Amino acid sequence: MGYVAVKGGTLAIEESIKRLKYERVKKGTVLGIEEIEGGMRGLIDQIMSEGSIYDEKLAAIAIKQAEGNPEEAVFLLRAYRSTLPRKHYSRPIESEEMWVERRISASFKNIPGGQILGATQDYTHRLLDFDLIEETQKEALEWLVQFAEENEGQQEQLDLIRYPKVMDYLRKEGLLADCADQDLEPDDVTRKSLTFPTSRSQRLQVLTRGQTGAVTSLAYAVIRAYGVIHPTVGELRVGQMPIYIDDPIHPETEDEDTYYIGAIKLTEAEMIVPVTVEKEHGKKEIEFQIGYGLCYGQNETKAIAMGILDNSLEKGNPEYPTSDEEFVLFHIDSVESTGFISHLKMPHYVTFQSKLDSARKTKRKEASEQKEGN
Amino acid sequence: MSDYNFAFFDEGSKREIRRATLKAVAIPGYQVPFASREMPIGRGWGTGGLQLTLSLVGKDDVLKVIDQGSDESVNAVNIKKLVNKTTGIRETEETGEATIIQSRHRIPEIPLHSKQIMVLQVPICEPLREYEPSELETKKLHGEKEYSGAWLMLFEQIMRYGSMSTGAAHPVMVQDRYVMTPSPIPRFDNPKMHHSEALILLGAGREKKVFAVPPYTKVVSLAFDDYPFQPEASSENTCKVCGATGVFMDELVEEETGETYHQCNDTSYCLSRLNSQEKPVEVTVHG
Repeated sequence: MGYVAVKGGTLAIEESIKRLKYERVKKGTVLGIEEIEGGMRGLIDQIMSEGSIYDEKLAAIAIKQAEGNPEEAVFLLRAYRSTLPRKHYSRPIESEEMWVERRISASFKNIPGGQILGATQDYTHRLLDFDLIEETQKEALEWLVQFAEENEGQQEQLDLIRYPKVMDYLRKEGLLADCADQDLEPDDVTRKSLTFPTSRSQRLQVLTRGQTGAVTSLAYAVIRAYGVIHPTVGELRVGQMPIYIDDPIHPETEDEDTYYIGAIKLTEAEMIVPVTVEKEHGKKEIEFQIGYGLCYGQNETKAIAMGILDNSLEKGNPEYPTSDEEFVLFHIDSVESTGFISHLKMPHYVTFQSKLDSARKTKRKEASEQKEGN
Repeated sequence: MSDYNFAFFDEGSKREIRRATLKAVAIPGYQVPFASREMPIGRGWGTGGLQLTLSLVGKDDVLKVIDQGSDESVNAVNIKKLVNKTTGIRETEETGEATIIQSRHRIPEIPLHSKQIMVLQVPICEPLREYEPSELETKKLHGEKEYSGAWLMLFEQIMRYGSMSTGAAHPVMVQDRYVMTPSPIPRFDNPKMHHSEALILLGAGREKKVFAVPPYTKVVSLAFDDYPFQPEASSENTCKVCGATGVFMDELVEEETGETYHQCNDTSYCLSRLNSQEKPVEVTVHG
């Protein structure tokens, strides 16, 4: 009768776990954590973002343990995260302070400070590079030396420039409604569950922790058919953000006394969404709204998609599911969606037995009614 | 497992879950939101129950975990293993001996006593969800005690199928105030909640809710005067192994003959009955 009442469940589990390890190491190779950290930047960034914890090393361990399966790696990180006490909240960060590595605008050609392509796959041809089969560490090191020579001194200069925000330019023109600062203490969705209607801080947190694929798909639906907005990337920037915390002993001290605890890599997308607004006497005007996306690591599609969903939840047409905050926010979390889908693998003998009982009852009734009808 | 705190969580997290639990006990049947943590087992695999268990467990507790009636089910074993790994407390299969019983979809056949806490795992905690998908709306409906939706669901089933066809998770009214899902326990188990001596806690991890049926609370399964509440018919059968009747049965098929037979779903109950019977009975284990 399947695996519920089987005596020896413990033994079966142990054997199954052994099998799992066998699958991981059966080819006799073991991936080093440094190798994962060095070569799987894309996966690490995605997993830190969905796992909602910024630590490349932990992400690398999770990737190794999960054999590269993102949903499993995110799961491991989230579970680990549950054991960590919350000791500090950082100071709010202003993204003007970012040490920019990449920064583009699709709205303006000449942005103050200029466009910086940085590292991107956008302009590579997606042709499988068979040379990588033979790539050696020696070659890589030689290439690095050469690269350093070419770029001598450049890197440091760039890092220190404080780039102005493209959005400020639009704001100066009066094209973007100037919204007042909302200096509310942000909610923390990991400490207090969502309440509806949600606050913007709750929405942004759930979106940034969302599964990359889910966030992307729903945002795609918004711009394809369920929202029909056509946003433009006002500014997309990738870079390191310094993080500061207050003096833990004297939290009331001034800004200068904050502690620098490190920098994290972030992707920020500020999306411009044109909308037609009706003014007095039926006069129509085009205005620009904003959609904001921010996530750990270099996850550009996700940050842009988040910006689209932020706008869609904030201002979108309520007829579309992509503007329904419960529809979007309750279903994009990787651990929650994969957990509930996978729970279907668990035995449902009792629940099914109960349903079966109801089904039989209705059948019996149908049969006896037919008999009476004859 | 010294890398982790006793019972997995940091103390602050445990305290927070207990606080939500106390509120749930104070308002029987009301779903209290809590900051559900991600657990090392799957969301949807009993993380709500597990969080309750871990927040409650002390060094002297004795834990029993069952899944669909069985102590040896892989998921029950897995949960027990995790609690044991992070607490080192004693486990049991004997229902009467346990101080905390975590269960998925069953309440044991032996009546529970006042020194026990029953923790039920809940997949969908909102009894009105089928009728109203929005959380914002269902919260209002509960606030206003507006339960026409729940009655309508049952009424439609009667119109369509001639009887209530809820299967497991037949909704209950708790202390004349809140309609609650008893979690997907079979209808047969619903009456066990009424005036239970043990505290019953229900945890939905993915949905981030905790709710409770405190001891001696009135719990009534929703039904109509002319269409009374009916438990599953399977309890009318006799257990092939221990001869019990009037308990919830699994339906099994004899591989060789193709014949249907029944066996107690509560494996611990079946086993203890066997142990107390004088003459040894040969037990076959079906795998």
